Amino acid sequence: MSETPPALGRTREEMARRVAQDIADGSYVNLGIGIPELVARFVPEGRELIYHTENGLLGMGPSPEEDAGDPELINAGKRHVTAIPGASFFHQSDSFAMIRGGHLDLCVLGALQVAQNGDLANWSTGEPDAIPAVGGAMDLVAGVKAIYVITQHCTRQGEPKLVESCTYPLTGAAVVNRVYTDLAVIDITPEGFRLVELSPGVDFDYVQARTGAPLLPSRDRASLETT
Amino acid sequence: MIGKRARSPFEALEDVHDGATVMVGGFGEAGSPIELIHALIDQGATDLTIVSNNCGSGEVGLAALLKAGRVAKVVCSFPRTANSTVFPELYRSGRTELELVPQGTLAERIRAGGAGIPAFYTPTAVGTPLGEGKEQREFDGRRYVLEHGLRADFTIVKGKRADSHGNVVYNKTARNFAPIMAMAGKITVVQVEEIVEPGSIDPETVVTPGIFVDRVVEVASPAHESALVAAGATYP
Repeated sequence: MSETPPALGRTREEMARRVAQDIADGSYVNLGIGIPELVARFVPEGRELIYHTENGLLGMGPSPEEDAGDPELINAGKRHVTAIPGASFFHQSDSFAMIRGGHLDLCVLGALQVAQNGDLANWSTGEPDAIPAVGGAMDLVAGVKAIYVITQHCTRQGEPKLVESCTYPLTGAAVVNRVYTDLAVIDITPEGFRLVELSPGVDFDYVQARTGAPLLPSRDRASLETT
Repeated sequence: MIGKRARSPFEALEDVHDGATVMVGGFGEAGSPIELIHALIDQGATDLTIVSNNCGSGEVGLAALLKAGRVAKVVCSFPRTANSTVFPELYRSGRTELELVPQGTLAERIRAGGAGIPAFYTPTAVGTPLGEGKEQREFDGRRYVLEHGLRADFTIVKGKRADSHGNVVYNKTARNFAPIMAMAGKITVVQVEEIVEPGSIDPETVVTPGIFVDRVVEVASPAHESALVAAGATYP
């Protein structure tokens, strides 16, 4: 998916870097296909994360050199990857026991829509002639301890992706904890969307105008200054 | 006398009947038992139900079996893949039915089927279209949907090495669905690059114990789907 960098706010890489700052040392993490995968490039020095890919590898390393790929060593996006020292391979039932059993600390996913109660839609636009395909997304959101979404704040048509309630088919109900967009970091709380921080050069009203549900102000004014 | 060695992929699949349910290992091309799938095309059984994570790419392997018109239904988590045109055409024209199952639910249904568990509750898909119409129950304040175990008449998977007792080891992420599908198949057929004597595989490293395997067949240099697709290959 190629998306034009927005004129205002964070680029895709800056969004990924911002997510990476919030991942604790020693976490077991599953990164979805697309922008979420970029997060691995920006993990701060001194932190060690272990990456899980649901097709059966814990300890996934970066992509190999061109032509060095092994067609039997791939990630969930079916791209060639590597296995780090200390990695393990396992079958699908074990892989999803890690997911559903709450053993993974964090999953970072893309989204079509996120609702103010944490509902996530990211697998289908519901169009009648589309070929439905879901993969492991529903299992991930049902089982992983924390679900972060990384997404553009609005669609290319300018429609809000953070909404009162999702119009696309759900991946999971009330599953998202936090959303990182080009414009802001926003928590899902029992009261709805709550601002955590604004992207540099973006103000509250600008974000609220592009959000399809009420946005509560940050609890911590000081966090507005962080980047 | 335990002798599970079949002389060829074709011989290993001689008795697949029309209307059979066949589990096919693989996640994308990793672990896809292409030579066994091609033997199934040659063998001629039709009206099959295929249980597999994907639906193949290009016009080889699983996509070729679909293209040949042998598949009435697929049970699958992600039928849409790069270079996959065969399944979308069959699906849109209504010639092949799709039962879409979340990947982890698919895995657990297969595991349960092989383990003698008829059904189980899972939190996956609650509140989504894939959970609709299914029996639900609350445990400790959380809702779960009832899912049923899956069994197959035949399972075809790819391993790296097996002994003649059917003990199997795999290669990296090509393992994926193979060990659980091996459990769920009434007849499980494994293609491997090398069949070795019993004792050659350290019992501590056996991934699929031989009791789950009925037939092993040697395919010394299995084809890779991506290479075949890149070369524009078709089957037959």
